[in-house]
Amino acid sequence: METFRVQGTALRPARGERRYALTGVNASGNLEVLAERVLGHHECEVEVATAVIGFRELWVAVINEFFARSSPGGLRFSINDGGARPDMVSLRLMQALRLMEVGS
Amino acid sequence: MTDHRDSDGGDWLEASARERVTGLLDPGTFVEFIGPEQRVMSPHLARFDLTGAFDDGVVLGRGRLAGKDVFAAAQEGRFLGGAFGEVHGAKFVGLLRTATAGAGKGRPAAVLLLLDTGGVRLQEANAGELAISEIINCIIEARLAGIAVVALIGGRAGAFGGGSIITACCSRVGISEHGRISVSGPEVIETNKGVEEFDSMDRALVWRVTGGRTRYLMGGADTYIKSRIGDFREAAIPLIENPPPFSIDTLEAEHRRLSDRVRVYGECRDAPEIWTKAGLPEPDRVTEVSDDAFLLLPRLKEAGHDAR
Repeated sequence: METFRVQGTALRPARGERRYALTGVNASGNLEVLAERVLGHHECEVEVATAVIGFRELWVAVINEFFARSSPGGLRFSINDGGARPDMVSLRLMQALRLMEVGS
Repeated sequence: MTDHRDSDGGDWLEASARERVTGLLDPGTFVEFIGPEQRVMSPHLARFDLTGAFDDGVVLGRGRLAGKDVFAAAQEGRFLGGAFGEVHGAKFVGLLRTATAGAGKGRPAAVLLLLDTGGVRLQEANAGELAISEIINCIIEARLAGIAVVALIGGRAGAFGGGSIITACCSRVGISEHGRISVSGPEVIETNKGVEEFDSMDRALVWRVTGGRTRYLMGGADTYIKSRIGDFREAAIPLIENPPPFSIDTLEAEHRRLSDRVRVYGECRDAPEIWTKAGLPEPDRVTEVSDDAFLLLPRLKEAGHDAR
């Protein structure tokens, strides 16, 4: 198991009012993402716990691309990963953000 | 164009625990207890180099079913096979005790257990076994308090090990074709008794012996449920009504039924032999027909028993 945190800055705060949202499941080739609105408007971070060791650089690249594309200001994402591929990670992060924006 | 795909909540087998429980209850009524944001997680998994789940693989809450106040627990079968660990089990215990104590808004009419489990989690086996015993005690206390405890089974992991014993302690059981109930899993039987005894790779055999259709025809489940979340909802509504009495008479009736079953069918090696012996029409077609055709089949005559 490997754990690490990736912090970033966002151009604008994420829309919506929801305090938290969960998507995905920690299963083989899958991951769960818990999004929480707990940071300052222009901060964002992802905390990763992954079963697979040695892919930190790839994680950082995927997460930084998500920060740049989606600007999830104010949100902290916590991940329990069961060995998902990078495209699945991107998809789940975007799903979690979308759930936080529901109703806005 | 109208999209009908999810008008009934989607497919139970494919859905997550959260999707199942929210789709089962009246829309918008589900309120989660100890949600994932509280991070009440297993303290043991990290020692085994395993990542956890924010809800330790079970979703608890309160809501309404056809207007009646109910509690529910839904296992996530894809996380560690839905297996019971210390926290996971304690969440069940807490839910059942809260229901029986009638804390807050009073006793619910029912506790729904959406089981999807391989049994006890090997990494925290002692705590898991203890949890199973505690859950069984709590189910009995809830039933004695007049609360219907209903098991709904249709996930990939089925209800194995302690999950099958929990199922047998419930007031009512509903199961779909994909659901399975068995104390020992197919691989466990094969490992201990050999492939001649039970070929765990023979999926058709596994389902003929442990699967939802067999359990329903034999009386191991009260209701056969089609595959959609909406079907589970429709099935659960009558299952929480009029729970059978939980008394010594019920228990003795169950013992009689089980010993009769062993006496009559004990020599059978596979489910179709039982259907033949019981005089069911077309015993080899039981697993092949559609859900609607299956529901027209007669069950074994003793299957409607209230004893469980």
